[in-house]
Amino acid sequence: MSFEHRALQVAFTAPRSSSFAEFLATAAPAALPSMNVIADPGIHAPHGTTIVALRGDFGAVMAGDRRATMGNVIAQRDIEKVFEADRHSLIGIAGTAGLAIELVRLFQVELEHYEKIEGVPLSLDGKANRLASLLRGNLGLALQGLSVVPLFAGYDIDRGRGRIFSYDVTGGRYEEHDFYAVGSGSFFARGSLKKLYRPDASADLAIDTALEALYDAADDDSATAGPDMARRIFPIVGIATADGVRMLDTDEVEARVAPLVARRMTRPNGPFAAQPEEGSSS
Amino acid sequence: MSMPFYVSPEQIIKDKADYARKGIARGRSVIVVEYDEGILFVAENPSRALHKISEIYDRIAFAAVGKYNEFENLRVAGVRLADMRGYSYDRRDVSGRSLANAYAQTLGTIFTETPKPYEVEIVVAEVGQTSDGDQLYRLTFDGSVADEHGYVAMGGSADAITLALSTEWREGLTIVQAVRLAVDLLGKHGGEGERHLGPGELEVAVLERSLPRRTFSRISRSRLAELLG
Repeated sequence: MSFEHRALQVAFTAPRSSSFAEFLATAAPAALPSMNVIADPGIHAPHGTTIVALRGDFGAVMAGDRRATMGNVIAQRDIEKVFEADRHSLIGIAGTAGLAIELVRLFQVELEHYEKIEGVPLSLDGKANRLASLLRGNLGLALQGLSVVPLFAGYDIDRGRGRIFSYDVTGGRYEEHDFYAVGSGSFFARGSLKKLYRPDASADLAIDTALEALYDAADDDSATAGPDMARRIFPIVGIATADGVRMLDTDEVEARVAPLVARRMTRPNGPFAAQPEEGSSS
Repeated sequence: MSMPFYVSPEQIIKDKADYARKGIARGRSVIVVEYDEGILFVAENPSRALHKISEIYDRIAFAAVGKYNEFENLRVAGVRLADMRGYSYDRRDVSGRSLANAYAQTLGTIFTETPKPYEVEIVVAEVGQTSDGDQLYRLTFDGSVADEHGYVAMGGSADAITLALSTEWREGLTIVQAVRLAVDLLGKHGGEGERHLGPGELEVAVLERSLPRRTFSRISRSRLAELLG
């Protein structure tokens, strides 16, 4: 690669912005994802499916199922699609898995790079905007059918609460209230979240709600996986709070998923949403 | 018509080296010492914003003395190099040794090819999984590299501090012992006469061996006050 050298080249010492992606574009453009790929519109590449996120005063929770599909085939049953972006934020990805995972890697370095160069981390809005511009770099491939759809959530230290940002393939950035889902099962997940989401929820309840929503997505979307009890493959769950990001380990998720599956044995469609009592005005 | 003077290469090199040494000697000192759970950096630096000690990568940090704009330039270049290597290969493939090499080449080139050498001295430190794996590289203005063991001092009073460290430093110091030793020596030898340095005049950071990924952290002034007791 072009940076295989002994002394630091001019590019390394040139005054420039604190962005890693912008630096890479000058110093080693070939290392940037999607700069050196010409897509065939008929290409078959694995696709990641459903990601859900919920926010509250405690912070934000993000969870993703583990399936990647290629047409009607399950390409991978234990893919990870939810990641720690930095100490206070999470990123989840749906769409073309290869490009999406590369985008996550670049985004993680981008945030850390800024923090190291400037000595302070970016604001949550700043992070969300950087992700939008990285996504725009993939626009050419998105138009050929290789789209990447991330979901970004984190704890905003300045505002003292969790926030969620969604994106479209052109890099459009939208802040979501309360909850959101992306990927093929997102319609079902959002329907589920609509009924189950509680703005005053604790982090614990928010995690359980996310798992319920993923179960509902898997129930109706063939590209989304439900919990695989036999292989112990469960959704990846991350939580961002004032104390930082924590990814739940397998045992922790299993302890939440097992009772959920047991409840569904008697009530396959999940919990009843509370409705006003008949005759009551509230 | 004036004749250009002939100046021998030896004289040019000597003049440049003297110039760089003078610049470095004007600055306050920095001490880097290994302790039982990692590597400690202590700098006499009253500024909260202009750092002499910085994070480069997961297990690598950078300390410098001399001209701020020059070592800041090197620091940013190091972060870029490390992030690029880590992104292109893997996080484990970023090593203090390759970074020290790149700095050495760069400083060497600047020293021989430009009229004004950099007035800086830097340390690249990498914390290993065990104390045997700890690495300290000291780089001077002309690009020479020294592989140090246990401790390094740089800046105006480097010689006096290094001499003191050679008798007072030992393996397996605790963080409290290491901080007190470094602050004590900076106070004794770092300026005119013996001084007592408080948390407000110090910049302190560690590379903590047991942390899983990013091992660098700054020690806040309140924590430092506790450590100094």
